[in-house]
Amino acid sequence: MRYEAPQTVDQAISLLAGTHGNPRVLAGGTDLLVQLRAGFIDPELIVDIKQIDETTAITAEDGGFRVGAAVSGARLKEHDTLSLLWPGVVEAADLIGSTQIQGRASMGGNLCNASPAADTVPALIAAGATCALAGPGGRREVPVEEICTGPGQTILTDGEFVVSILLPARGSRSGDAYLRFIPRTEMDIAVVGVGVSLSLGADGQCSAARVAVGAVAPTALLVPAAAEALVGGVVDDAAIDAMAAAVRAVCRPIDDKRGTVAYRIEVAGVLAGRVCRIALERAGST
Amino acid sequence: MTDSNKTPSGNGTGNGKDYKWVGTRAVRPDGVDKVTGRAKFGADLHLPNMLVGKVLRSPHAHAHIRSIDTSAAEALSGVKAVITRDDFSDQPKGAVQPAGEMTINYRDMVRNVMAREKALYEGHAIAAVAAVDARIAAKALSLIKVDFEVLPHVIDPVAAMESGAPIIQEDLMTEGMEQSPGAMTNIAKRVEFGHGDVAVGFAEADVVIEREFTTQPVHQAYIEPHACVASMTEDGQGELWLSTQGHYVARGHCATLLGLDVSKLRVQASEIGGGFGGKTVVYLEPLALALSRKACQPVKMAMTREEVFRATGPTSGAHLWVKVGATNDGRITAADAVLKYQAGAFPGSPVAQGAQCAFAPYELNHVRTIGYDILVNRAKVAAYRAPGAPIAEYATESVMDEIAGVIGMDPLEFRLKNAPKQGSQSSYGPKFPVIGCIETLEAARDHDHYQSPLKAGQGRGVATGYWFNIGGQTSATLNLSEDGSVALVLGTVDVGGTRASLSMMAAEELGIDLDKVRPMIGDTSALGYNMLTGGSRVTFAGGIAVVGAAQDLIGTLKDRAAKFWDIPVDDVEWAEGEARATNGYTDNMQPLSLQEIAKDMAKTGGPIVGAHSINAQGAGPSFGTHVVDVDVDRETGRVWVTRYTVVQDAGKAIHPSYVEGQYQGGAVQGIGWALNEEYIYDDKGRLENAGFLDYRVPVCSDVPMIDTVIVEVANPTHPYGVRGVGETPIVPPMAAISNALANALGIRFTDLPMSPPRVLAAIKAANGDATTAS
Repeated sequence: MRYEAPQTVDQAISLLAGTHGNPRVLAGGTDLLVQLRAGFIDPELIVDIKQIDETTAITAEDGGFRVGAAVSGARLKEHDTLSLLWPGVVEAADLIGSTQIQGRASMGGNLCNASPAADTVPALIAAGATCALAGPGGRREVPVEEICTGPGQTILTDGEFVVSILLPARGSRSGDAYLRFIPRTEMDIAVVGVGVSLSLGADGQCSAARVAVGAVAPTALLVPAAAEALVGGVVDDAAIDAMAAAVRAVCRPIDDKRGTVAYRIEVAGVLAGRVCRIALERAGST
Repeated sequence: MTDSNKTPSGNGTGNGKDYKWVGTRAVRPDGVDKVTGRAKFGADLHLPNMLVGKVLRSPHAHAHIRSIDTSAAEALSGVKAVITRDDFSDQPKGAVQPAGEMTINYRDMVRNVMAREKALYEGHAIAAVAAVDARIAAKALSLIKVDFEVLPHVIDPVAAMESGAPIIQEDLMTEGMEQSPGAMTNIAKRVEFGHGDVAVGFAEADVVIEREFTTQPVHQAYIEPHACVASMTEDGQGELWLSTQGHYVARGHCATLLGLDVSKLRVQASEIGGGFGGKTVVYLEPLALALSRKACQPVKMAMTREEVFRATGPTSGAHLWVKVGATNDGRITAADAVLKYQAGAFPGSPVAQGAQCAFAPYELNHVRTIGYDILVNRAKVAAYRAPGAPIAEYATESVMDEIAGVIGMDPLEFRLKNAPKQGSQSSYGPKFPVIGCIETLEAARDHDHYQSPLKAGQGRGVATGYWFNIGGQTSATLNLSEDGSVALVLGTVDVGGTRASLSMMAAEELGIDLDKVRPMIGDTSALGYNMLTGGSRVTFAGGIAVVGAAQDLIGTLKDRAAKFWDIPVDDVEWAEGEARATNGYTDNMQPLSLQEIAKDMAKTGGPIVGAHSINAQGAGPSFGTHVVDVDVDRETGRVWVTRYTVVQDAGKAIHPSYVEGQYQGGAVQGIGWALNEEYIYDDKGRLENAGFLDYRVPVCSDVPMIDTVIVEVANPTHPYGVRGVGETPIVPPMAAISNALANALGIRFTDLPMSPPRVLAAIKAANGDATTAS
């Protein structure tokens, strides 16, 4: 097994594209190293992208922020203006692992690991975030909800990797939030996770919304019907109930050691309501 | 002094005097090593030319092993030894011997450490290799070809009792039960305890409650996985370093399985990163020794966490039936229970202990408990804190709570009304010695926690727990150094701060500074036999041995002073760390300090050693009562433990911090057992959650500060009044939490764990919601 730490995106692409035997990208390594140790993977090459400026920087862009794919949860949380703009995304990243893990774990890794239960993914989808991908065929910008295609599966082609994630600008009177359900208080994996982002118009009515849910399908899902239940009216109990029902309607989870089908569907709706109320409160106070 | 089973009187004798060391919170002697990372655990020993050993494990829950072909593994460069069942002689049938709180059957043990005819559970060892590094060892395992014939399996204890169930051991006979000739069974044993006639008792009852419960297997979840280093030489001598609760016991097991003279094997216990009963048995050690014997090189073996979960002893899951009758004024008239415990693949569940403890917190005229030990295709159970008692008392204490509620009586007053005291006949036979059941219940009742109002939506529960505690064989030595400091050599592994508590008793007896006593755990050649650390026995039995050794040392010190002064030894007394002349010699003789006697010991007769070896009897049982408050997220079924108080009789807390630590640790493990911990098997009998991510022990933020109350009803058989404290704390939590949930929700839970899906389903069912969420 070979380890490389290129300095540029192009070097990383040529390493990844030029190696057979399933080369793997190393960002924080909090999933990759566990998979290596457990013997799930045996790559010939590991490409550490943490020496590349673009993957480790947080930069302002068009009123939003571009976050390098390898930026750790701890650095994200310490970024005050980003935390003010997208608190739901930052709190989702902050839920991953322990304090020690927070020093390493990245949103890029969380996304590319392609777990249906990844915490940042529903929050990023709700935020309308996009990813900058770079590969032998050039660069492209792709919405986060299009990256994962199934458990452990992504649209990334050979030699292609996620360079950064763009959290877009947003107007005033906007808020986002993320909640997950776990049986413990921390150090666990979401049984269900829900992200909501919404904006209020001058009239107090909901002008825009995005709702995403994780751990209830092979990938995190954007739920347009849930957003439609909110947009164009006052976000009252009835609207929230309708939104929660729309979330439950798209859930197609499995029974496994972390939860049953019925339980996940039920709790997805409960969390959706709670998350929506937090996002609403945040929108009202900005 | 080696023969006495008599308790040395010592200075304590329950006289209520103020002690200098006993009862203080002294700094533990192993503390600096632990917090600086110097402490050497099982995997921390490195020897020259050391090989790495790894185990090939069964992927099947139940399978015949037709053949094992190791030729390709043996041919791999870097592989130094490969072993299978053929490397261990079979053991004679029926050779059962007691070991701590469990029994040992070597015919079973040789099959458990390495499968012979069949693989009996997923993770059962099939072969092992020793190689120059871990990668080669792993590669070698992949080259071993095993021809399995997969058989139907059974995990559930009730299913395993049914006729037609897959038979785990074809030659099993049921102990304590008639069995028709030729019939095969998975029931290894039936036990029954009690007195009176329960039918008569139920006829006297105004209220009778009958309930069935289930509990899931749970693991001790010690943080340090099993690890050892074994080194055998060409002349058949061996050394073994391991993480264990009892290195003498491990020595005996390994010597038996390898056919060695016991004394040819020198065993040293490492520091231990938790055991809770799970490190009272051997798994890797005989394999490491066998590999080392073949390779003539040292071999290190360490389990992964996954191996710990799949292949080492958890405690039983169980099916429980309990029936209790009481009068309207709160007197229990009859109590009856049938307990069915999973043993794992070999006999030996702690069902007998569960049956004995089930109703121990009550004085009863009519009581019966029946227990069944049932084989299933899981790893053989090992001891886990108060083995068997938490399972049984979860069920009985739930029913006691319910019946108190039905007759409208406060649950603690109900327990007080039926509580046993000295001389009461216990539910399992013997009459109780001095016990603190009533004192403990009263302290719980009067505690601020029990008296405080609950917040809206919260519930409060209580439960009482009982454990016998044990004594056992123990040997200790005090070696006086030439400067007057003392080396205390112990043979009992320190899992809970016993180097501190035993040193404190030595310093108290000798009348010297604690700082002058340096305790250490000797290897198996340093002392006579020591039973393992278990049964909450070490501060009790070890305390008696250390006090005896100190008195032996003091006897010699007085002899030396008498010789120095040339006066009769009867005219010398020992006080405050010095020899004093008495009876008219007082004016002429300046007291001789320990340092002065030590300095001149060569002139007065040579080295000075105090020793004491015993088989300690008279362990004081310990009762505990827990009070717990819970909050419930009624939309997700998540339970929050918001306040928790442990009240328990310690007899005498030698080192209160470590007594409190035991109370708190038991409560935390119990919270996990109650709310989330369980083994989850797939339909092929394979464990799905072999790791701490999905086997959910509580994390720090899951539990509140656990408040503790140390009740001290002295045990008269111990010089300082000590009772064991390590096990009782895990007995009450499951029932206490279930009772709190019943109080909060009006719903009686009868299945563990009370995990969020189960709690939410019960809430929805109670609300008449058809779309239950479980």
